[in-house]
Amino acid sequence: MNPSLLTVSLSPHMYSGESVRKIMTGVLVALMPAWIVSLIVFGWAALKVSALAVISSVFFEYLIQKYILKKDPSVSDGSAAVTGLLLAFNVPATLPGWMVVLGSFIAIAVAKMTFGGLGNNPFNPALIGRVFLLVSFPVAMTTWPKPFSGAMAAVDGVTTATPLAIIKEGLKNGLTPQQLMSELPRYSDLFLGKMAGSLGEMSALALLAGGAYLLYRKIITWHIPVAVIGSAAAFSGLLWLVNPVKYMNPVFHVLTGGILLGAIFMATDYVTSPMIPKGMFIFGGGIGILTVTIRVFGAYPEGVSFAILIMNAFVPLINRYCKPKRFGE
Amino acid sequence: MTIVFTIVTLSVLGILSAVILYAVAQKFKVQGDPRVDQVEAALPLANCGGCGYAGCRNFAEACVAAEDLTDLYCPVGGQACMDAVADILGKKVSQKDPLIAVIRCQGSYAHRAKTSLYDSAPACSIAASLYGGDTGCAYGCLGLGDCVKACKFQAIFMNPDTGLPEVIDDKCTACGACVKACPRFIIELRRRGPKNRRIFVSCINQDKGPVAKKSCAVACIGCGLCVKACPFEAITLKNNLAYIDHEKCRLCRKCAPVCPTHAIVEMNLPELKAASEPAGVKSSA
Amino acid sequence: MRSGSPKTFPQGGVHPHDSKLSADKPLSMLPLPKTVAILLSQHIGAPAVPLVKAGDFVKTGQLIARAEGFVSANIHASVTGNVKKIDPVKDVTGYKRPAVILDVQEDEWAGGIDRGLDLKKDIPGREDIIAKIAAAGIVGLGGAAFPSHVKLSPPKDKPMEFLLINGVECEPYLTADHRLMVEKSEEVVTGVRILLKGLGIDQACIGIEENKPDAIDILAAAARDYPGIRVEPLKVCYPQGGERQLVKALTGREIPPPPKGLPSDVGCAVFNVGTVFAVYEAVQKNKPLIERVVTVTGPAIQNPSNFWVRVGTPFHELIKAAGGLPDKTGKIIAGGPMMGRALDSTDIPVTKGTSGLLVLPEDQAKRELVENCIRCAKCVFACPLGLEPYLLMALVERNQLDRAFGERVLSCCECSCCSFVCPSHRPLLDYIRLGKANVFKKLKEQKQK
Repeated sequence: MNPSLLTVSLSPHMYSGESVRKIMTGVLVALMPAWIVSLIVFGWAALKVSALAVISSVFFEYLIQKYILKKDPSVSDGSAAVTGLLLAFNVPATLPGWMVVLGSFIAIAVAKMTFGGLGNNPFNPALIGRVFLLVSFPVAMTTWPKPFSGAMAAVDGVTTATPLAIIKEGLKNGLTPQQLMSELPRYSDLFLGKMAGSLGEMSALALLAGGAYLLYRKIITWHIPVAVIGSAAAFSGLLWLVNPVKYMNPVFHVLTGGILLGAIFMATDYVTSPMIPKGMFIFGGGIGILTVTIRVFGAYPEGVSFAILIMNAFVPLINRYCKPKRFGE
Repeated sequence: MTIVFTIVTLSVLGILSAVILYAVAQKFKVQGDPRVDQVEAALPLANCGGCGYAGCRNFAEACVAAEDLTDLYCPVGGQACMDAVADILGKKVSQKDPLIAVIRCQGSYAHRAKTSLYDSAPACSIAASLYGGDTGCAYGCLGLGDCVKACKFQAIFMNPDTGLPEVIDDKCTACGACVKACPRFIIELRRRGPKNRRIFVSCINQDKGPVAKKSCAVACIGCGLCVKACPFEAITLKNNLAYIDHEKCRLCRKCAPVCPTHAIVEMNLPELKAASEPAGVKSSA
Repeated sequence: MRSGSPKTFPQGGVHPHDSKLSADKPLSMLPLPKTVAILLSQHIGAPAVPLVKAGDFVKTGQLIARAEGFVSANIHASVTGNVKKIDPVKDVTGYKRPAVILDVQEDEWAGGIDRGLDLKKDIPGREDIIAKIAAAGIVGLGGAAFPSHVKLSPPKDKPMEFLLINGVECEPYLTADHRLMVEKSEEVVTGVRILLKGLGIDQACIGIEENKPDAIDILAAAARDYPGIRVEPLKVCYPQGGERQLVKALTGREIPPPPKGLPSDVGCAVFNVGTVFAVYEAVQKNKPLIERVVTVTGPAIQNPSNFWVRVGTPFHELIKAAGGLPDKTGKIIAGGPMMGRALDSTDIPVTKGTSGLLVLPEDQAKRELVENCIRCAKCVFACPLGLEPYLLMALVERNQLDRAFGERVLSCCECSCCSFVCPSHRPLLDYIRLGKANVFKKLKEQKQK
């Protein structure tokens, strides 16, 4: 091409400089505090799971794009790495390596690429991977290493139950929340990350720090996290007020399990969440209420993944009916 | 006992549902003219919209409703199809020659120099709304393939060597979708001619001769030599541009050799004998 | 009078870097070019009808083309010289339009034009004002170039309340209006008074973005004797200067959506600062609109400048005066970077609507690679009109024009905010524009049926 020719294009002629890669890098940065907490709490086991998940996710995406779809691989945009890390955040640190890889395959190949890749998947890929593992390998997926037991946790068999599982079991056996309190971690431990659970749901503080960074970078808006946490707290609070002997208090509900991880990182996934604040409130509210419903009335002790996936299914409908305020109307 | 109860319940539910479905289907049945179905069956069912109606069904309804079929024509099915429709309905039908889409621009990469770099969404309609295009010719093909996208019969493809679309004679049904899609009105439906032979001015540049010639080596410069050469008064000159009326053209081949810029294209015609000036005509496609 | 806290419009908008390189460059006169090409259609509405033919001698300020119909504008010779020919010339739309081409001689002004720089404060009566504005061929200088006398004659059933003056200049790089407000504040205020009288109202509001504190202070000082004229600081947010956004920010009223809604529907008339100055000159000095301020700027331009330029001057003369075309120039834009039009030639002449010339280097000229839509909703949050650009683009791509119409594609003001923020670099506005054009075409066809 002749270099002296002028470029002609439609306006605008200047851009914000934002790109998919920068956004995904921002998400990875925001996930770092929680990841570091997981390394501190679970040691090498956490590193192994997260590295496996990220590498295999990126690898599967590359393979599929290059050899099946015959496109230029776009793994450098970082979305596969985010999916991988989020999947790792949603499994126990002791999960066998091959299961992690299988989960990544399901997340990338089934939940993402079959729909046309980034931007077209109706469901959150990491959660599809996680739920697939949960229903396929329920034992492995609910065997939680005791915090700070190190890499030997699985070998030593030092396992423990998550706070939510303790509650579920206890309430079923007729105990009251007050009686269960002694078995549960203290609130400060929940906040800082000393409890059993998946890699990423350890420390509320680390997750909130990541969320603050996302908000600061304007990668997410506040609507979905606030709606999820608010509705979960409101609904569980309502139950608690009705019968404090039978139901846990809302603070406990919000701080345990995956609510914060889900609210800040999973429900705010661009592709599978609504576009308009009004829709975001409906979506987030639905997640919060469904999560508490599953936790309190369902068979599983934890319900964030299912709640988000169920609400994912409603996103096209929400987008169809929630319209922004049109100027002049 | 439980199993019996279950079977009975489900059977009753099933029968009940079937009855409801049947009743609703009967109540809301649409009573149509059966001839519409017959006409529709005779149509090519391409739903291309070439007839001016949204789909073949609409066209069939229009045929049934019309006094006679003189204003209705299915370009895809052609005369045979219209005759069949006329038989079904017992109505009069007009005789029409089969048409084909022709692309009236030869401004290939070799013939037209680039004057700017287009850098927006790859669609001719968008480029045309932005400016006169990335060559000096503000009339010619933009080469971004809106016509290719519009064609439902895969009858147009982009030639990567010339950057211009080309029509595949056998596949073109003259539905006119490409004519509507082209923001420059370059494509025209013309008489197919015997053995797909056709002669046309492959340029729509209305600039004055020197300006047109400067932007494209094979532009029509409006010199009028072809008008004088034509024994059938089929060629007219308007706005610095010659146009061959395809109803009047008898394919006598007097015009193409006199064109100084080779803007007149003869398609699917044998090479002229060496006696006359070689016209530099491509019989491509 | 100056108002208190800065106002803004309520939804959407973006914050591009403002890059006002020429903000402190005083207005200077561009030397006369050798030839000028004065387009017959420099405004919205019917092209003017030429009154001259090849070989005629015309003086500066002489009428050379008459307005055709009500929505049209007179065109005057911007230089003295002989008419070379009337011929199609490429304009900023990238297509050729008829223009009067003049060979320039030494300046000789037509009679009756007061060229003195003294300030004339006494203003004539209403009829006189409108007649003089129409005669002088004044059009909106903000870019749309709508004939001003039409705005001064609103329909009787729509009573006027506010005159709003657009001194926002929210486009990055451009400083033409800014310099005009700073250097010609008294004239601008007199122009506002003329327009108030022309509209028969007494409330005027001058909206200026906060990043021009000097202009706010100077205009507030010039307007202190006129209690009906307020100077309102506005928050820096693009597109603060859009007609709908400005009316909303200054009056709280929302203009109904297109295709019908106009400022007059909510009792407002909006004029650009440049137009106000042109009105002052036309009414007080009998000077037709033959020159305007044009900003010539760009990251690699040697002397970013604000020139007084005669209409019809080719763009290359402006670039030459600002230090010449830099090496590795990739793009030349008429107007600002958000809404301006990229040009494929520098021979295009200045028109009444040309507010600036922006020269971008090669590394800023190209668009980035288009990626999949990741549904981040940044375009939805950026749209100042409450549209969903991602959806509109998808609908237009699939040619679902009826749905696009239902999703208010026609409301789009083409401010470019959506394309600006898109992290996947999708050509949102390209397709929305196409959708607008196609929907208009379809509506027209339906009307004809």
